Amino acid sequence: MATATEIMRPTDTVGWKSGFNTILRVTRLALKSPWMVTISLVSTVIAAGLQLLIPILLGRAVDQTQALVSGAANAEAATAALWTTAWLVLAVWVARGTFTVFQNYFSESVGHNIGYTLRLSYYEKIQRLSFGFHDRVHSGDLITLGMLDLEGVRMFFSTGLVRIVLLSMLIGIGGYLLLSTDLTLGLLALSFVPFVAWRSSVTQLKLRGTWLELQNRLSVLSRVMEENLGGIRVVRAFAAKSHEMEKYDDASENALELAHERVDIRVRNTSMMTFSFLISMGLVLWVGSGKVVSGEITVGTLASFLTFMTILQMPVRQLGMLVNSFARTSTCGERIFALLDLDLAITDKPDAPDLQITDGVLRFEAVGFTYPAAVQPTLQGLSFAARRGETIALIGPPGSGKSTIAHLIPRFYDVTEGAITLDGQDIRDVTLRSVRNAVAVVQQDAFLFTTSLENNIAYGDPWAPPSQIADASASAQLDQFIATLPAGYETVVGERGASLSGGQRQRMTIARALMLRPSVLIFDDSTAAVDAGTERRIRTTIQAKASERVTIIVAHRLNSLMHADRIMFIEQGRIVEQGSHAELLALGGRYKALHDLQIRSEEPAT
Amino acid sequence: MSEELEVERGDIRDNGRRPPRAVVGSHRIEEEMFGRVFDRNIVMRIWEFVRPYKRLLFISIIAVLVFTGTQLAIPLIISYAIDNGLTADAAGQTALRTAMIAFVIATGLNYGSTWVQESVVGKAAENVLFDIRTAMFSHLQDVSLSFMDKTEVGRLMSRLQGDVNAMQEFLETSVLSVGDIVLLFGIIISMLWLNVPLGLLTLCVLPVLFLVRIVWLPRARTAFMAAHEANSVTNGALAEAIHGVRTVQSMDRQSINFDLYNDKALATLHAHRTASKFAQVMVPIVDSLTGIAMAVVVVVGGTMVLGQQLEVGVMVAFLFYIQRFFDPIRSLTMQYSVMQRAMASGQRLIDVLDVRVDIKDAPNAVDLPHDMDGAVEFRDVTFGYNPANPVLKNVSFKVNPGETVALVGPTGSGKSSAMSLLKRFYDVQDGQVLVSGHDVRDVSQNSLGREIAMVLQEPYLFSGTVIENIRFNKTDATKQDVIAAAKAVGAHDFIVTLPEGYETVMGERGGALSLGQRQLISFARALIADARILVLDEATASIDSYTEMLIQKALVTLLTGRTGLVIAHRLATIRNADKIIVLQAGEVLEQGNHDQLMAHNGLYAQLNNVNYSSFDDLPEGGIDAGETQKS
Repeated sequence: MATATEIMRPTDTVGWKSGFNTILRVTRLALKSPWMVTISLVSTVIAAGLQLLIPILLGRAVDQTQALVSGAANAEAATAALWTTAWLVLAVWVARGTFTVFQNYFSESVGHNIGYTLRLSYYEKIQRLSFGFHDRVHSGDLITLGMLDLEGVRMFFSTGLVRIVLLSMLIGIGGYLLLSTDLTLGLLALSFVPFVAWRSSVTQLKLRGTWLELQNRLSVLSRVMEENLGGIRVVRAFAAKSHEMEKYDDASENALELAHERVDIRVRNTSMMTFSFLISMGLVLWVGSGKVVSGEITVGTLASFLTFMTILQMPVRQLGMLVNSFARTSTCGERIFALLDLDLAITDKPDAPDLQITDGVLRFEAVGFTYPAAVQPTLQGLSFAARRGETIALIGPPGSGKSTIAHLIPRFYDVTEGAITLDGQDIRDVTLRSVRNAVAVVQQDAFLFTTSLENNIAYGDPWAPPSQIADASASAQLDQFIATLPAGYETVVGERGASLSGGQRQRMTIARALMLRPSVLIFDDSTAAVDAGTERRIRTTIQAKASERVTIIVAHRLNSLMHADRIMFIEQGRIVEQGSHAELLALGGRYKALHDLQIRSEEPAT
Repeated sequence: MSEELEVERGDIRDNGRRPPRAVVGSHRIEEEMFGRVFDRNIVMRIWEFVRPYKRLLFISIIAVLVFTGTQLAIPLIISYAIDNGLTADAAGQTALRTAMIAFVIATGLNYGSTWVQESVVGKAAENVLFDIRTAMFSHLQDVSLSFMDKTEVGRLMSRLQGDVNAMQEFLETSVLSVGDIVLLFGIIISMLWLNVPLGLLTLCVLPVLFLVRIVWLPRARTAFMAAHEANSVTNGALAEAIHGVRTVQSMDRQSINFDLYNDKALATLHAHRTASKFAQVMVPIVDSLTGIAMAVVVVVGGTMVLGQQLEVGVMVAFLFYIQRFFDPIRSLTMQYSVMQRAMASGQRLIDVLDVRVDIKDAPNAVDLPHDMDGAVEFRDVTFGYNPANPVLKNVSFKVNPGETVALVGPTGSGKSSAMSLLKRFYDVQDGQVLVSGHDVRDVSQNSLGREIAMVLQEPYLFSGTVIENIRFNKTDATKQDVIAAAKAVGAHDFIVTLPEGYETVMGERGGALSLGQRQLISFARALIADARILVLDEATASIDSYTEMLIQKALVTLLTGRTGLVIAHRLATIRNADKIIVLQAGEVLEQGNHDQLMAHNGLYAQLNNVNYSSFDDLPEGGIDAGETQKS
């Protein structure tokens, strides 16, 4: 748990230099809409100028009436002057409103444009980053990055840049006007500015620090809740309510404590700011009244000083938000840009040709593979070849590397030693697209998208004719099930759609892969949830077309793979036994041991 | 397009034709975002949570009133100073001094009341928020599993987070809106008190603003909602891309998806711009009205000053008030939306809190003793999730202490339901479930949980270390105990190869571990629980054959000295049981040990004779002749 001093740390992890670079980069992004930037900045300047006119005009009005009272001026002329001032006041307010609209609308639009651009880049990058990256990074973090951090950067132009222009205009020109009218009074009137600016900047940074920490603690809390609800059966089965409530209370109290701290920081700040503002207002009133009495200034000047102060109060308070905006943009931006700048790891070589499939031969040549973060190699010196029409089965203990083999063929990862070739072409030397088109994997975790069954089946080929979709679903033994659904192929599945059983989901992914008519078809332990009878029927239909491709089956149920042309028993990244079912049984090794465990009741003892 | 978009694209097949069957993300139907403005029932229920902080609430309302008072007083003080304190004579100086003292007092009060108001309200609102959440979370621990079964976790999470936050926002702003109302009326009263005709004239702009906002609000809200929705749809598509990235890449859908996502992002951009227009349109209106009000004060006020009907200071005070009186109106109209949102959220919170707890400990429930014998008996049990449609009909069987019993039967035969009844996840409609001679309804649920350990089909791991996962709620288990349990079930060997061994922190849902390894950990968890009765609910169904070899050995350890109820598919797992109970369509079809059942020549024998390795293989229409041929 972070200590209090750590939470108070002003900026997160961003150094000044990289923070500056990030801000620069966001600014460059903003400049992609040059007209909008220009309009919003010009409008900001004009609006600020107009706003500064208001106290002057009001002061003038007060003086004009004062003049009327003292009877110094002609009553009619004075009334006319009052009317002029009134019209001016109205005109200035209307103009200010109009330019403020331009300022706000265009600065927000610039922000939305930045958001749009970043969104697309982010999406594209996420889609292309390798499996190795996605294995390491929590999907929740990626979502946060793409939503909250992106939002932080998007807001920068309107809350940061434009505001700084507005603020320097108001403080600069306003300050100049005040000081040039009356130095003492001007200094008094502005005395709250540095104090408030300093307080609010420090506070905003503190608040930001606590906010980040609060987010952390809240995400711990939500993880506790989510896991509890997701695993409610386990919790009930172990009567673990009190244990879980303890976990929850810990997380909850942790977050609440910080939430209170945040309130304290904020309150201390706002009350201090208002206090200092009022103090200097009181001083202006006290000293100003004396000056009016002694005739140094007019009542109107005093009134305009007081009005100036109310106008300055808001933007000065916002200085803190400005600092916050810079801090937020630099942290959020840095995280996003770091991701956007990442190497894709798995890309096409320059001018890589497309894969040319001729004989359909897949070959592993002394392949070795070590996962990015791992020390131990997962595969070592693995060599085999498979011809079109062959079915190869992989079996072995968990962690032996069977699934890794399945993931290397479509180049989800690059081999660290040796090579994988398809018809003699190293898969790293041809385009990634052509490899992925030639190799289809039915994945272990059946991920379905929230859309119709039809769209899910045709995921890899959205142009496919309906007949092809029907064929694929028939091969995956889905057609009968789909026929029972009221909406048929239009039934929406996924997160909020009709729920499918594990077996049905796996059959969906099988149909999805069959649509592609690949040269290499890999089943990565993808029939575990399909009941054996259905699996047998799937196997029969698939076998009918097996002559067109290499089929690789990773499975743990012997029934699923004993019909393969060749079975390879993998252990610690090496092939330790291989041969047909009969050959391996005759060998009397590991395969036979497994077989005896699973099948002995059915096979009459020989 | 931009430097950030350097990734190549434009390789859409079929001449750039839009793919007919492709979408990204989904257009989710959002829940009602706004409810009625005020619902007495909801407010009363939420009040229950506020009640403990009643005193704080009272204090903060007083603070708000004091704060508003000072805000009203300051322009008056200034006006007094200008009118009476600007002469050099003694009266003028006294007046100025009085004004300054009043100003200092007002400033001090303002400081104190801001502090009290914001701090008290802020903290109380946070407390209420956490209290509501705790109440809901705790309640969810007790509600029946049938509710949990049909409710998505995501939905509950949005209750526990989004809706609770909406309530907090409401509580915080509602105290402040008391201040707004007071301020608004205070300004109106002060103005009228200072000068009735000028006050009335100036206040003419108020109804105009109200009217404008009333016309504007629904339209603007539609635009804001559209932007909000477009944004969440786009974010949903992003989340989908992240979760399904492996499928996207293996199906080479990146380019198509990018184009589809672009459509969504573009739609969001436009919706945001529209919303932004609506938000901004109010600015010149408010500014113009301010201008009008000020111009009125200048002309009318000035003329009145001329006619000696008004003092200059009053005019200054008016100018101050005008700058302030649009603020409360703005925040009050905003408050309206917050309130509607809070009512909608409040209703959903109450819905969760009101889910009935069906299964409670009997008032005189006893703890199941730890040294009970572990006998289990089902006596004429009838049960259905929907009582009209029972999944178990008159089921009776007996398991003697220490015996291992296998429940077998095709999918949907009621095996898992029977096991759930043993743990009293649900209550029977008829008959009795007895553990060690006690009806499960007469003992405490806690002791049932403690004395009957269970391993479920889907291994479920919590984030945290391996050791924490094995211990789970048995927090007093030592590291030696944990290692011994892991060794007993054969999990030790792979655990020690993990980077930090037992202290390795699990990734998302067990992350890098295989399904089998996760299941071994849940076996160890069940062993640590040291219960008299062990239930394995298809615990080996999803395990690879290699791990199953380990598990077969683990089972022997696990079941030694315990009563075991095992649901399994594989005949190999079942054969060694002391007793096999064959269920079909909710009824006990046959029971006995393997040899007896083979001799009986019923369903079990039939399955054994054909080349099936699992009960799942049983075709619905029975066993057809073709399938009996050895393939």
